Amino acid sequence: MLEIRNLHASINGKEILKGINLIINDGEIHAVMGTNGAGKSTLSNVIVGNPAYEVTEGEIIFNGQNLLEMNTEERANAGIFLSFQQPVEIPGVSMTNFMRAAVNARYKAQGRELLSAGDFLKLMREKRKIVELDNKLTSRSVNEGFSGGEKKRNEIFQMAMLEPTFCILDETDSGLDVDALRIVAEGFNKLRKPETSAIVITHYRRLLDYLKPDIVHVLIDGKIIKTGGPELALEIDEKGFADYQG
Amino acid sequence: MKNNQYVEFYTQVRDTIRQRSCPVMNAHRDEAFSTFSAIGFPTQKVERYKYTDVAQDFAPDYGIQLSSTTGDRTEFCCSLKDAPIDVAPYYNSIANKQDAVVALNTMLAVDALLVYVPKGIKAKHPIQINNTLKGKQDTMINRRILIMMEEGAEADIIITDHAADHQQFLTNQVVEVFCQDNSHLNLYEIEETNLMCTRYSNVFIHEGRDCSVRHTSLTIFNGHTRNTCHVQMVGEHSEVTLHGCVIADKMQRVDNNTCIEHMVPNCQSRELYKYILDDSAIGAFAGMIHVHKDAQKTSSSMTNANLCATRQSRMYTQPMLEIYADDVKCSHGSTVGQLNDQALLYMRQRGISLSEAQLLLKSAFITEVIDNIPLEALRDRLHIIVDKRMRGELSKCEGCKLC
Repeated sequence: MLEIRNLHASINGKEILKGINLIINDGEIHAVMGTNGAGKSTLSNVIVGNPAYEVTEGEIIFNGQNLLEMNTEERANAGIFLSFQQPVEIPGVSMTNFMRAAVNARYKAQGRELLSAGDFLKLMREKRKIVELDNKLTSRSVNEGFSGGEKKRNEIFQMAMLEPTFCILDETDSGLDVDALRIVAEGFNKLRKPETSAIVITHYRRLLDYLKPDIVHVLIDGKIIKTGGPELALEIDEKGFADYQG
Repeated sequence: MKNNQYVEFYTQVRDTIRQRSCPVMNAHRDEAFSTFSAIGFPTQKVERYKYTDVAQDFAPDYGIQLSSTTGDRTEFCCSLKDAPIDVAPYYNSIANKQDAVVALNTMLAVDALLVYVPKGIKAKHPIQINNTLKGKQDTMINRRILIMMEEGAEADIIITDHAADHQQFLTNQVVEVFCQDNSHLNLYEIEETNLMCTRYSNVFIHEGRDCSVRHTSLTIFNGHTRNTCHVQMVGEHSEVTLHGCVIADKMQRVDNNTCIEHMVPNCQSRELYKYILDDSAIGAFAGMIHVHKDAQKTSSSMTNANLCATRQSRMYTQPMLEIYADDVKCSHGSTVGQLNDQALLYMRQRGISLSEAQLLLKSAFITEVIDNIPLEALRDRLHIIVDKRMRGELSKCEGCKLC
């Protein structure tokens, strides 16, 4: 599904990613763990095409397409979804209008007939239930006045609406209490299809207990320095990153 | 001097105008002429006109309309000639006589529209004053409106400007509004003309006791626009709200100049103007809140927020406060910014195209002004018009059968 080859990326002239290699097959969940500032969020930003980041070397192939030649919205409509670490508040744009624009763009890209207003609202209602998102929230402006937990649930709600094939969960567990974490993680598991793959960026084991990654990577100073099975997450949870730092 | 053409013109047509007009208006004509001849158009060295070149806007060789333009008599509207009340004490009494553009209107306006809402009457339906610019040659129109709200009167008045022909039009409008005690007025001005239209508007509002006035100015499409709104609060326990929104792109220019004078204690004023400037548009805003001596317990706030979507667009803003009382609550502020990159990224990551995302953000920015409009039907219509305007589907006025 996704193949990253020798990826180097920088922001404001400072190199953050220093040669990442990663292959994610259909249906696999990869966890990326690492110290603060190691480049985890940079990796997710580069995959989704944040224009603030510059790719200086390497390539990303997504289902046979050269991702780096596509703009942000084209990548999204090809099936890539990022659950933001800090979801953005957009005052004045209602959740409904925002979601409608996004769903229409997706359907258009897929050559599907657009939903009628009634069908669209029905879809919103259905998907809201998966993450137990309050009706009041969907009638407000995007993320405005949402609590930390509501923002993260809103991310998974949007994922439910857009049905991506490749997801990046960037510290989706940060700022969540145990119940909210369970709702978000279970929501993700419910939405997942057998072929859906994901990168899960986290500092903690708890989210991984729910999501059960197939492969765990340790990212330090812009490079993946160790790759292993789920047991690697347990090891890091106990010992920290001290063994990996020079 | 560049005002020569108007001085000469007046000398030629003075008698014709006087014959066609009425004594109340004629009484002020010659004095306005002397003022205008003496001071001429203000230059850009005059601070209030720093961002508008008046002489240049008035320079083209316009045909000047000298016919009556007030339309048929309706329940609340008629020509000043047919006024059911004595308007002499009001006409040209609060307009700024020392302003050359106002003086030009006073000397050349042949007729005036009187909107008269008698004591205790609540107008059931909004009163719409529709101005459609039509003509086969470049034309200047001197429009004059007098609004009389007697004690306890209530009304919604909508003044709309449209252009049906592609000529250069110059509208020079003066509106005087008298709100007597306990009257309530919602006054809207909506401009949807085209790039060849120039509009000068001077609105003067005189507010008595226990009144509420809400003035909403919307520049949806224009060429060059200069709006002035001057409010004098002379009775206690009154409130005034001045709201404005401007959408400008291409080479459009919009300059709003407001002044609220708190002359007595215990009044409230609220002001919010929002601009969205695209391409090479130029916006200017100068707002003054003047709290006179002993106007204690005044509460006022002024906000001017602006969005410059391109590097070429320019916004000049001056929020001003002058306070001569010591027990007041006043705030004023202004911002100029660009579209939020983080919000754009967020929307694009959900598959929304860059242009659609920009549109959503711009609409969201202006929504604050539109959503505050109490008239539901107007609010809904404006939401549609603003959306079309932002999408570039609106190049002239919308929903008008003549165009």
